[in-house]
Amino acid sequence: MTPLLTTKGLSRHFGGLRAVDGVDFTLMPGEIRAIIGPNGAGKTTFVSLLSGRIRPSSGMVVFDGADITAMPAYKRVRLGVAYTFQITSVFANLTAFDNVALPVQRTLTDGRTKGQVRSGVMAALERTGLAERAGTLAGQLSYGHQRLLEVAMGLALKPRLLILDEPTQGLADSEIDNFITLVREIARDAAVLLIEHNMPVVMQLAGRITVFNSGKILAEGTPGEIRANAEVQDAYLGAAHG
Amino acid sequence: MHFGPHLLLAALEGLVTSAVLALTALGLSLVFGVMRVVNVAHGEFFMLGAVLAWAVSTAISGHPAVGFVAALVIAPLLVGLVALVAERLVLRRLNYNPEGTIVATIGMLYIIQQLALTFYGPEARPVEPPFSYRILLPWFGYSGYKLSVVAASAILLVITWLVLTRTRIGLIMRATQYDRETAQAFGIPVERVYAGVFAVGAMLAAIAAVLIVPISQAHYLMGQDPLLLSFIVVIIGGLGSLRGTVVAAILIGLSDGIISMFFSPTLAKIIATLVVAMVLVFRPQGLFGTTPR
Amino acid sequence: MRNASPAKTYALHISVIALLFALNFVLPDYHQGLFARIMALAVFAMGYNLLFGYVGLLSLGHAMFFSAGLYGAGLTVYHLGWGVPEAFVAGVACGALLALVIGLLALRTSGVAFMIVTMMFAQVFYLLILYFAAWTGGDQGLVIQQASRVIAIGGASFDLTDPTVRYMSALALFSIILLVTLAVVCSRFGRVLVAIRENEERTKMLGYDTVANKLTAVVASGAICAASGAAYALLFGYVGSSFASVQYSILPLLWVLLGGAATTLGPLIGTLFMYYVTDITSGFTSAYLLIVGVALILLVLFFPKGILGSIRERWLRWLP
Ligand SMILES: Nc1ncnc2c1ncn2[C@@H]1O[C@H](COP(=O)(O)OP(=O)(O)O)[C@@H](O)[C@H]1O
Ligand SMILES: [Mg+2]
Repeated sequence: MTPLLTTKGLSRHFGGLRAVDGVDFTLMPGEIRAIIGPNGAGKTTFVSLLSGRIRPSSGMVVFDGADITAMPAYKRVRLGVAYTFQITSVFANLTAFDNVALPVQRTLTDGRTKGQVRSGVMAALERTGLAERAGTLAGQLSYGHQRLLEVAMGLALKPRLLILDEPTQGLADSEIDNFITLVREIARDAAVLLIEHNMPVVMQLAGRITVFNSGKILAEGTPGEIRANAEVQDAYLGAAHG
Repeated sequence: MHFGPHLLLAALEGLVTSAVLALTALGLSLVFGVMRVVNVAHGEFFMLGAVLAWAVSTAISGHPAVGFVAALVIAPLLVGLVALVAERLVLRRLNYNPEGTIVATIGMLYIIQQLALTFYGPEARPVEPPFSYRILLPWFGYSGYKLSVVAASAILLVITWLVLTRTRIGLIMRATQYDRETAQAFGIPVERVYAGVFAVGAMLAAIAAVLIVPISQAHYLMGQDPLLLSFIVVIIGGLGSLRGTVVAAILIGLSDGIISMFFSPTLAKIIATLVVAMVLVFRPQGLFGTTPR
Repeated sequence: MRNASPAKTYALHISVIALLFALNFVLPDYHQGLFARIMALAVFAMGYNLLFGYVGLLSLGHAMFFSAGLYGAGLTVYHLGWGVPEAFVAGVACGALLALVIGLLALRTSGVAFMIVTMMFAQVFYLLILYFAAWTGGDQGLVIQQASRVIAIGGASFDLTDPTVRYMSALALFSIILLVTLAVVCSRFGRVLVAIRENEERTKMLGYDTVANKLTAVVASGAICAASGAAYALLFGYVGSSFASVQYSILPLLWVLLGGAATTLGPLIGTLFMYYVTDITSGFTSAYLLIVGVALILLVLFFPKGILGSIRERWLRWLP
């Protein structure tokens, strides 16, 4: 099987700081991959390079066999790379419906789906359990619902790769359970790349885990392997779990 | 006259323009640099300075120098007061929001202009220079007053520079400019700094205007050109950079004098405005500015 | 727009148009003339609102698009003897083309720089009109003779200097632009424009080429403002450089702020209100600019949503 996404020597420097430093990374279609690592390890910067929000200092990004290193972000989205922000950034002054309508109508003009905006929006809202809130202004939704709306917007893009940056941050435990079900469902049609601090979520969801530290990949493997890895224990798990 | 003396004359005139322009633009630049407010009414503070200078100097009888010196003190103070009131009543309430303040200062522009027209009238009126000594050069005589304007402006610029770089006030201003929230957290009275900067910015324009009225007359529309030229200077010089502002003012002042010897003034303005717009589009940090933070 | 039923919205807009139509037959002569002018200028405000209200781009140079239409129509009639419809099209085309060029340049900037750049380009345009005074008439302007302002369609001919023809022509243009704006605002494109205003970065990450969308909006806005200018030249028979001055870039901003930015009917209400305030106060003061200035400051300070914006916020949530 050909990989869905690969990076070669991908780097991004901020002044003297090497936020992402020569990363070689491979993701297969249909995979659920978690990225973990301490704060400031470069996880957000790394996925921003994948989504095109920021430009790399060097290295390349290949998606589905095509070099997309120089491609602007909006074109990558149209190819199927969807990104949800770490900091919730739904359109606060628009209704939940309009928030989701934006990605839905986008895929309609791409010709990736047929049908009406309304049915597409309602489908995405129903999958995330927000259908009853369609008419509410996004800014008036609870924080957990805003995170879900963010996911609904990602879903509505019909992505082939969905990147979620700390999606469970601030969610209640009950909401997290629903979220796990949702991600499993999404993964039937798309690969999921998940930055996550909540280890139980990571262990339940991820097929493989990539550990970042100081802009580099420290380790990669199945949840079992990562759990057993002493280096990871030192760098991250030890710190996180005391 | 031969070409050489002609050029010397143009250069001298250009230097006077530069001197006044540097002061006016410095005021605009300070306000933008520290407060991030684009003051569209800046030219009207200039005009107000000139009109008040006329009012003060005509109210005081005796030797013209007395009236002039009184104007040089009173007019900028009054303008500073007007600016202070405007800052209190309007800009502060807008929380210095960049777009809101532009709209509000456009409003101030219209109000000040209309009030000047109503109370001062549509006439252009001269102010007598404090002295009429002429310096005799080999080819022509040149107004000693004009040269003293250049000197006065240079002194004021040096003082401003010293205040900005060598004093506590300057330090506080730079801290506020760098990061408003942090400055506030460190106990800097940001609102007082803003009020002070806005008043000082307006006063610099007013001083420039008082210096220039003995040469060109006071008129209620005289604020328009200085506003445009100050914008040009501040943009070319790099927003908020003192050295850039002065260099650009000299450049613009001199070239303005020399260009208008060869082109029609309208064409000169067209070219200058277009060039500046292009600088903003393609090099927003200005020609001499460093990259923005 | 929230949960608007399209029928209700269209009914409201059609009734406004019907009301304006009926007013033609009841208004006294003076007010009939004033209303024709207000409707023509409300088109200018609607074009401005499309960009300022819906995309959130505050231009200080829209006088150049208005006067591109004004001169594009006026000069082709005056110098080339073109007929009214051709001249109108020429005016709109000039505005659209200018907007395309200005958009390509100015959209490289944002925020305050965008405001200043648009103001400077408009200033260049204004100075060019003065510089080419031999053709444009400079600040004196040009008067377009009555004979050139007649539309001949088949056997019938319409004289634009006739008050009723003028009123109805202004109303026709106003209605078309109002309905077009409404359709755009309720369309998918309109939704993208609002998204750009709210959060451009996020909109990009939903797969939208925001620069292309903004450019389209600038061109549409420029073309609408030019249509207003072209109509103004043809209906009122005068072109002059004052229409290109900074003041005419500020006025649409004022009208839109007053009526309510990002509302379809706000521009009309703002223009109407401002015109009548000036008209009524002109009895005891000539200080027109003072009113403009005070209105601007009061609006940004206390009433940033404008008349219709505030009404929508309190009572009529469904207003587009
Ligand atoms: N725009 C930026 N400018 C400068 N430094 C940045 C920028 N974005 C991130 N960084 C730095 O890069 C490093 C990695 O940040 P980030 O990718 O956000 O880490 P993570 O998501 O793993 O917590 C941090 O040290 C951060 O301060
Ligand atoms: Mg992060």
